[in-house]
Amino acid sequence: MLRHISIQSVLFCALICTVSGQERPTAFINARIIPIAGPPIEQGVLIVHKGKITAVGDARTVQMPSGVQTVDMAGKVVMPGLVDSHSHIGGPAGADSTGPIQPDVRILDSVNPRASSIQRAQAGGITTVNVMPGSGHLDSGQTLYLKLRDDPIKIDDLLIIDKNGKYMGGIKFANGTNSIRAAGGSFPGTRAKSAALVREQFIKAQEYRDKIAKAGNDKSKLPPRDLAMEALVEVLEGKRTVHFHTHRHDDIMTALRLSKEFGFKIVLQHVSEAWKVADEIAKAKAPASIIMIDAPGGKLETVDVDFKNGAALEKAGALTGFHTDDGITDSRWFLRSAGLAVRAGMSREKALYGMTMANAIMLDLQDRVGSLEKGKDADFIILSGDPLSVYTHVEQTWIEGRKVFDRSNPADRIFATGGKGATEDGDAHSDIHCFDGDIGGGN
Amino acid sequence: MRTAKITTNTARSRFDSFSLLSLCTLWLVLSVSAYAQIAVKGETVWTMAGEPITNGVVLIKDGKIEAVGPASSVNIPTNYRIISAKVVTPGLIDAHTVIGLNGYLNQPHDQMALDGGASFQPELRATDAYNAQEKLVEVVREYGVTTIHTGHQPGALASGQTMIAKTSGKNVDEATFVPTAMIAVTLGSGANAAQGKSPGTRAKQVSMLRAELIKAQENLAKTEQPKDLKSLIMARVIKREIPLLVTAEAAQDISTALRIAKEFNIKIVLDGVADGHLMASEIKASGFPVIVHATMARPGGERANLSVENASKLRAAGIPVALQSGYEGYVPKTRIVLFEAAMAAANGLTQRGALALITIDAAKILGIDKRVGSIEKGKDADIAMYDGDPFEFTTHCTGTIIDGKLVSDVIK
Repeated sequence: MLRHISIQSVLFCALICTVSGQERPTAFINARIIPIAGPPIEQGVLIVHKGKITAVGDARTVQMPSGVQTVDMAGKVVMPGLVDSHSHIGGPAGADSTGPIQPDVRILDSVNPRASSIQRAQAGGITTVNVMPGSGHLDSGQTLYLKLRDDPIKIDDLLIIDKNGKYMGGIKFANGTNSIRAAGGSFPGTRAKSAALVREQFIKAQEYRDKIAKAGNDKSKLPPRDLAMEALVEVLEGKRTVHFHTHRHDDIMTALRLSKEFGFKIVLQHVSEAWKVADEIAKAKAPASIIMIDAPGGKLETVDVDFKNGAALEKAGALTGFHTDDGITDSRWFLRSAGLAVRAGMSREKALYGMTMANAIMLDLQDRVGSLEKGKDADFIILSGDPLSVYTHVEQTWIEGRKVFDRSNPADRIFATGGKGATEDGDAHSDIHCFDGDIGGGN
Repeated sequence: MRTAKITTNTARSRFDSFSLLSLCTLWLVLSVSAYAQIAVKGETVWTMAGEPITNGVVLIKDGKIEAVGPASSVNIPTNYRIISAKVVTPGLIDAHTVIGLNGYLNQPHDQMALDGGASFQPELRATDAYNAQEKLVEVVREYGVTTIHTGHQPGALASGQTMIAKTSGKNVDEATFVPTAMIAVTLGSGANAAQGKSPGTRAKQVSMLRAELIKAQENLAKTEQPKDLKSLIMARVIKREIPLLVTAEAAQDISTALRIAKEFNIKIVLDGVADGHLMASEIKASGFPVIVHATMARPGGERANLSVENASKLRAAGIPVALQSGYEGYVPKTRIVLFEAAMAAANGLTQRGALALITIDAAKILGIDKRVGSIEKGKDADIAMYDGDPFEFTTHCTGTIIDGKLVSDVIK
């Protein structure tokens, strides 16, 4: 019953929202705009129409379209929605305990789109996220790139569809100790065994791919369908990026070696000892998504994790992004990552780039998100102040021209601050939210 | 006294093996921690005993604060080493942590804050487990943390004792400030023992706790008092010499803690209290202080209602509040109270209010405010220095002084 009402109200809401919020262009004026694609604009204008950015620039040069409604953002800072290149929001579970390599498993079939963790991520200014299975396997399954749109009924409502009509995602691999099992079985007991098992599967995938190619149009010669091999063939063909969990310097090199050997697209994830092999990472042209952990250790592989990873990778010239690994760090404080990286020597520009555009590139979404540019999705956040200040709050989060979080709305605010009910998963929140967000709110 | 001991030890190690290496080490030790009279100049000095001083000077002599005031009124004697910083604060206090007992490797051999052998072990002393040279002690020291209340972790009905230490010192004797501070008690699901063992429910936990307290009361009434370790320490609880540090996150566990304290007329310090913001009037009425969970602690489970505004709301209700880094089972292996206070400052508290959580208010709740927690004449010369607002992500801690010695000068 509750759900029925909610669906109705969402539909009603969507109708109203479309009419009031999308048909007319909206101009956010008087804000300090950090477009990422260029230097900050002190007196900026951002114009949004039908879910897309139609103009961004200096107030003196941007032409206002007819029928535009303006929203005064004096004193506020506007920047692109944050992109989190590695998260576990929505409670995903991928591979099971039966084997170390399970490329057939899709996180698509696992994420709860109504989880409160998704709403907390909206409160943290995250608009696009790579939701991944865990690191207890060499390959724990296929990942999912999501837009954190509001009021999802089902996971389909959060998917990002590519130009071929397919939902987007990568695949999760891991090396080091998490996927090593002392008890053995089908799981590796050493690092060398870990690499050998992965290599073996990619060789199988190469053979599978070749069989398909050889069959040509003769369907009788096609090998039987194999979901695991199909996913790995996508990896071999560069259609599916490998997000490789790796901490120690030698494990990082192993990940790079496998990537080179099989020619797959890789994003290094965590890379706790990146500062020790930053030049090698840059030379391999491998993007690195790093995490800011407040203290070293917690496990043997991360005793040398350091805030200086950002600065070291920047200096080496590697594409550097950040991730939350939520719940390892909390999506609500994602912006903190940039601040802490700057604390340890990274440039302000590259740190903010790492929160947005660098991650967008890692997810092959650079044409759609990651910067405020004409033609891109209208995904942006409104901040109370400088993005690197602890005192700054995410005041609003917008995705495709719709407000999905508004700190001034108590029903939303609780996802930023916590409090009674803030961790309950469900849909009770939907109807209240949309009304405030799109009708009573800033536009 | 402590200082003299450190100097002696340094001198001894100098002659243990006379080599180039040890000369180099000695040079480093001397340059970082050489004992000298120091004048700390700060563009802003947060004394926490009055308004912050602009262009302040803190004079340090023989490990104590000799004088503090505006540069215009404090003369720096010629032989004082001058250290300048943008912002100067009292050395920070982490009101509840487990570092020194739980190490950064997170391997069985360095996790010593919880013994699974029994559910009620108040006799376990933190001083028998504290590793003064553990990496995480060094890490927090480099952020300006000078005093820690550390010990046995939450996770058993009574997991053991806590202690108060300075983050300097090469061994537990040098570091120890208060050897037995509190007894760590946990209520709620975290206190349940393994399947088939007691306690297995909240009600059973309380039954067991009351039985122990009744026994301790009865022992105290005896002419011949038992001399076993558990009885000795529990007698000190009944005599109100040491409080129970009761970790209680959920509302019903907070109520239980207050009920038990009243029944046995014992002292308690409430710990964690994720639901505290829903129970502020009850806690206020009890008069007991709170060491609130880390601001950025993860919500969920017993902490489902956790709020980043908890410290602010409890403070507003008139409850004495300090902040903790808490216990972490994975990464980060410890939180940094400086960062946690920063987040509190951004969520309802003033800068000064947030700084009080990790300085003077923490000192008061721990009963050590005569020695530490503020920059006042006669107090221990424990100082933290920063190159900007200490709470900003992009600010660095530039130096830490403990008992008048510069124990860290890394830029962190």
